Amino acid sequence: MSDIRSPVFLKALRKLLPPESFLTAPEDTRPFESDGLAAYRNTPDVVVLPDSEAQVTAILRLCHAHQVAVVTRGAGTGLAAGALPVDGAVLLVLARLNQIKNIDPLARTAVVQPGVRNLAISEAAAAYSLYYAPDPSSQIACSIGGNVAENSGGVHCLKYGLTVHNILKLRAWTIDGQLLEIGSDSLDAPGYDLLALMTGSEGMLAVITEVTVKLLPRPERAQVVLAAFDDVAKAGAAVGNIIAAGVIPAGLEMMDRLAIQAAEDFVHAGYPLDCEAILLCEVDGVNEEVSDDIFTVHEVLAASGATEIRTADSEEQRLKFWAGRKAAFPAVGRLAPDYYCMDGTIPRAQLPHVLKRISEMSIEYGLAVANVFHAGDGNLHPLILFDANQPGELHQAETFGGKILELCVEVGGTITGEHGVGLEKINQMCAQFSTPELTRFHEVKAAFDPDGLLNPGKAVPELHRCAEWGAMHIQGGQLPHPELPRF
Amino acid sequence: MLNTLIARIHAAHAENMPLIIQGGGSKTFYGNADEGEILATRTLNGVVDYQPKELVLTAQSGTPLAEIEALLAEHNQMLAFEPPHFGGAATLGGSIAAGLSGPRRPYAGSARDFVLGVRMVDGTGQALRFGGQVIKNVAGYDVSRLMVGALGTLGLITEVSLKVLPSPGAETTLQFELDEAAAIVKMNTWAGQPLPLSATSWHAGLLSVRLSGARSAVHAAQAKLGGETVNDASAFWQRLRDQTTPFFDKRPSTWNQRLWRMAVKPTTPPLKLGDAQWIEWGGAVRWLISDLSETTLREAAQRCGGHATLFRGNAPIDGAFTPLTPALLTLHRNLKQRFDPKGIFNHGRLYPDF
Repeated sequence: MSDIRSPVFLKALRKLLPPESFLTAPEDTRPFESDGLAAYRNTPDVVVLPDSEAQVTAILRLCHAHQVAVVTRGAGTGLAAGALPVDGAVLLVLARLNQIKNIDPLARTAVVQPGVRNLAISEAAAAYSLYYAPDPSSQIACSIGGNVAENSGGVHCLKYGLTVHNILKLRAWTIDGQLLEIGSDSLDAPGYDLLALMTGSEGMLAVITEVTVKLLPRPERAQVVLAAFDDVAKAGAAVGNIIAAGVIPAGLEMMDRLAIQAAEDFVHAGYPLDCEAILLCEVDGVNEEVSDDIFTVHEVLAASGATEIRTADSEEQRLKFWAGRKAAFPAVGRLAPDYYCMDGTIPRAQLPHVLKRISEMSIEYGLAVANVFHAGDGNLHPLILFDANQPGELHQAETFGGKILELCVEVGGTITGEHGVGLEKINQMCAQFSTPELTRFHEVKAAFDPDGLLNPGKAVPELHRCAEWGAMHIQGGQLPHPELPRF
Repeated sequence: MLNTLIARIHAAHAENMPLIIQGGGSKTFYGNADEGEILATRTLNGVVDYQPKELVLTAQSGTPLAEIEALLAEHNQMLAFEPPHFGGAATLGGSIAAGLSGPRRPYAGSARDFVLGVRMVDGTGQALRFGGQVIKNVAGYDVSRLMVGALGTLGLITEVSLKVLPSPGAETTLQFELDEAAAIVKMNTWAGQPLPLSATSWHAGLLSVRLSGARSAVHAAQAKLGGETVNDASAFWQRLRDQTTPFFDKRPSTWNQRLWRMAVKPTTPPLKLGDAQWIEWGGAVRWLISDLSETTLREAAQRCGGHATLFRGNAPIDGAFTPLTPALLTLHRNLKQRFDPKGIFNHGRLYPDF
């Protein structure tokens, strides 16, 4: 592997790009030292910002020839340090590849470059009453290339799927500069499903320069119901009952007492405060179907023991109901100097058991927990409150977080539902996968990138690493990108 | 039972013995001809876990599809990708390995879209588990979906977890007399509107459109679209799904006529490659009975953004699938090499050289 600072390499790299797209001075590269998980920082030696596919491929070929590693980054909103710069690697920022190349309203597709923001696709498609369904909370800022790399979700996953369900085709390049055209303009492609393999591969396999996404017709109507419960187990059971009644809600979210209190204090969404949990259930679709579903949801919630049920009767009220949920992370961030956000997913039926175990552990570790939950698809975000300035609390919180993720795996779930592994959860992979499985992951990478030059050290742990836990650590209650709504 | 299979795989690996994985044998016609001893999966039989409220079902790979669908129907749920049964003996594992989906696919998703996790045994006899039983899971590469459509070449699938969906409260099918070009435009236009479409088909001047959802929504859409209501529509879609209509059933009249699956961009205008055609999936699949050359059909499909598969012939097939570009072929070989280093599983079934 060549030294990234070797004059020969740097001179050759500089030649490929206009001067403003090649950054090496620390004051220029420091803004790229972390992604959305700011607790992990590393100032990159070299940042390149190509604005064309030709530049990207030239960079990759040069790096390959010199055996220099490459870390690909989009908008930098990821929450797992997946785009954290690596020592000795070029940071390849694709944010300037930001053109929407084509929208085909009849075929309901958009061809976009990786730096196009998620929400910009829906905005451009709105003229045709179409939209791009996956809506990660950072959708005003995050880019589609990063969404593909992380297989991003959002609050509408249960009904509309993740990124993997909403893309048709990729143009991607291997580290040695070979073009991979993956997927097709039809609904499938010959051979292995490399589209699925690339989605969620965290920049480890190839570099994406173009994505063809599916667009869906905008639902005619969306309506939300808020229900309060005096027991989290009852709220958890109500989630299953709604689904058993044949309704697939567009969004189904749950918050526990501490999260409700924090959100209410922060944004005054009008949530009931004398309850242990609330559910927000949104249904969308054809007008008539929404009316029927709202009726069904109402009946099921009442039969499941809700102490209070409110249906938003205007778009304004609908947005207000959501405002509290969307502000839950920063709201909880006001309760303590620091918190850890976990991202486990569990089978929904395990919810009462898991919440009970979390509250027992909360007492055991002496740290409060607020629970925010994508209840519809079982994705739990326990927020562990602590103060890093108190000796031992950080360690306590880490241990506690580790136990929660172990619990998720134990009940049949996963360590990460939507944030990805990145560097942050790399040790926790060891709890979920056996040595032969981790070995297969390394071999999948080697099939694409035999020299291990793309995003080295991320997503899959080296076997000798399998010892410790990690978790999302928010310093001083400050989220990176505090302006973004958090789900 | 699993241990017996693993022991056979170990032995086959040691002795370079080719194996053909077989479930119900309903899709032996699909893909290229392969040789080897049959590795039967029917002993891996049974639903392991089914929680209707979780929308998740886990079953061993040799479980008959019919059994799974009957169980789901008892709880008003379904496999929304409508896998074809092709004669009734299809198993879950075979359906996932073949990656085939039925009429609902363009509106609900494909077999791979519903896979949440698999247990498998690789070509060295190593048992592995990827994915899980939860809907959101981004830990590790998505190897479980990589197995879908790999035709068993990467390993023996032993257990599958799937997302299932509630069955629609109401369903109705409308028919319209329309020529091919107009039908293709209609299918695509309606798919861009908030309508509860769940299947589309065009054949011999007749466009059929299935609506599924709440009764009120189906009625409203019906009023909007017009057309003639079809009686016994579920049998119509079932026949299309299993390819038991006379179109698929009739033996090609000459030796050279073969059934081709032309996967194209759904808005592609009429292909003009012969009249023996059945259009499905909102225009994205055009079934052709044709004696045109492989090259002609493959080039036509590629020009339309897709690919052509020789689905059924009159003799063993050696080039069922569209050849891959060199870069993609290298990746396929690399992946095969890692999962099945001695090439014992279904050698040649997908592509002749692995």
